[in-house]
Amino acid sequence: MITGVGLASPNGNNLAEYREALLNGRSGVTDIETRYMGKVHAGVCNFDDQKYQKKKEIRRGTRAGSIAIYSSHEAIADAGIDLDKVGRDRVGVYLGITEHGNVETENEIYKISQFGYDTKYWTHHHNPRTVANAPAGEVTLNLGITGPHLTLGAACAAGNIGLITGSQMLRLGDCDLALAGGVSESIHTFGIFASFKAQNALAHHDDPTKACRPFAKDRNGIVVAEGGCVYTLERLDDAKARGAKIYGEVVGYGQNSDATDFVLPHPARQAECIRLALKRAGMEPSEIDIVSTHGTGTHLGDEQECQAIREVFDGSGGTYINNTKSFIGHAMGAAGALELAGNLPSFQDGLIHPTINLNEIDPECRLNNLVIDKPLKKGEINSILNNSFGMLGINSVVIIKRFVS
Amino acid sequence: MTKESLQAVIIDIIRGIAPDEDLNSIDAEKPLREQIDLDSMDFLDIVMELRVRYKIDVPESDYMALNTLKSTVDYLFPKMQNA
Repeated sequence: MITGVGLASPNGNNLAEYREALLNGRSGVTDIETRYMGKVHAGVCNFDDQKYQKKKEIRRGTRAGSIAIYSSHEAIADAGIDLDKVGRDRVGVYLGITEHGNVETENEIYKISQFGYDTKYWTHHHNPRTVANAPAGEVTLNLGITGPHLTLGAACAAGNIGLITGSQMLRLGDCDLALAGGVSESIHTFGIFASFKAQNALAHHDDPTKACRPFAKDRNGIVVAEGGCVYTLERLDDAKARGAKIYGEVVGYGQNSDATDFVLPHPARQAECIRLALKRAGMEPSEIDIVSTHGTGTHLGDEQECQAIREVFDGSGGTYINNTKSFIGHAMGAAGALELAGNLPSFQDGLIHPTINLNEIDPECRLNNLVIDKPLKKGEINSILNNSFGMLGINSVVIIKRFVS
Repeated sequence: MTKESLQAVIIDIIRGIAPDEDLNSIDAEKPLREQIDLDSMDFLDIVMELRVRYKIDVPESDYMALNTLKSTVDYLFPKMQNA
């Protein structure tokens, strides 16, 4: 059961702000200066990083860690959980991430370049900052959590996979409370921008708020974003015992691999992943109210996902489709978790937030019931299917249902 | 550079490394770690900052010279004349 949500998004520092932005078409994309490349579009968060961390802790750790710590505290507060009552050894932290260590390593290489590449100037903080468990580990240090922690490298499928792993660990009994989701600090080095540019997949537009335009005929790539989203997950009996509010139930999930290409997605495997999640949830495609797409704004990636969605959902007249990256860019390891969070309030308000920046749809991205520009009032919404796919052909799908006791 | 201005430099370095600490009431003759929250990684930060700012290398065998503010000033003062 999802009982709390904490997030740092480029257009909101909590679920209420974020939802309001999504319903009112407010983008979180802006321009930043990045080393060697100058101005690039990016989704930038503006949360108060000193709300839960001392200045020294911020200096010692990583941006991904700060985002994870902020989001975790916010989720715990939202859920009204007392960690001492749960037992700090019974809390697990499971955070997805696309990549980790690039920011810290690039910064150090730049620093020693100012000293003739003398490695005496390389920081002793580099190893603890770049070990792959760092963001989740920083959460345990900050909150005094002594249960397990994992940072899950899963490319851009990572946000969903954090959520899936948290659910699995609860089922295994490895913890009684899972802090699960995903984080990204990717905008803080030039490498990810330069690499997407080299692939001809870095978005550009005169107006940064219009740069990310999945499914549009004139889309031209990805807007990289930072961000994080952490859920508190509890078993139903524990949630009920403490009278928790329940945002929704994780009723199904799927993970698989394309096994075809380093970069290009494979719609047949994506469709299989969606069907796997539906099967585990015991649901038909027509029972899904919202499909939250992965759509990043790349030419082929969007086409391929739309093909997979059409294959599964073309006969489902009551299924509506939206995209959240059009507002915030691609929050990488946080993307899946953040995009699901943007849709979760639909269970209460009956609204489906739209896809923005879509002036003319690409015929190859034709989707029935794609919600465009304005929110759609659907009425009762009972289920959300959240897609999240990544490089090396990693696919993840999560299905959340409204909880009815 | 005088010893007073060197002490101010060292406090400035520590302020950057331990930004949450109140450094106004530091007793120069008492061990720094008994007065403020500094661990071994922070001491390495002090060593790094001296290297970056003044090209001064503090070998590990001399780390104990950074025990108090006064001992740090006494240790660094002759080195700073050449920095």
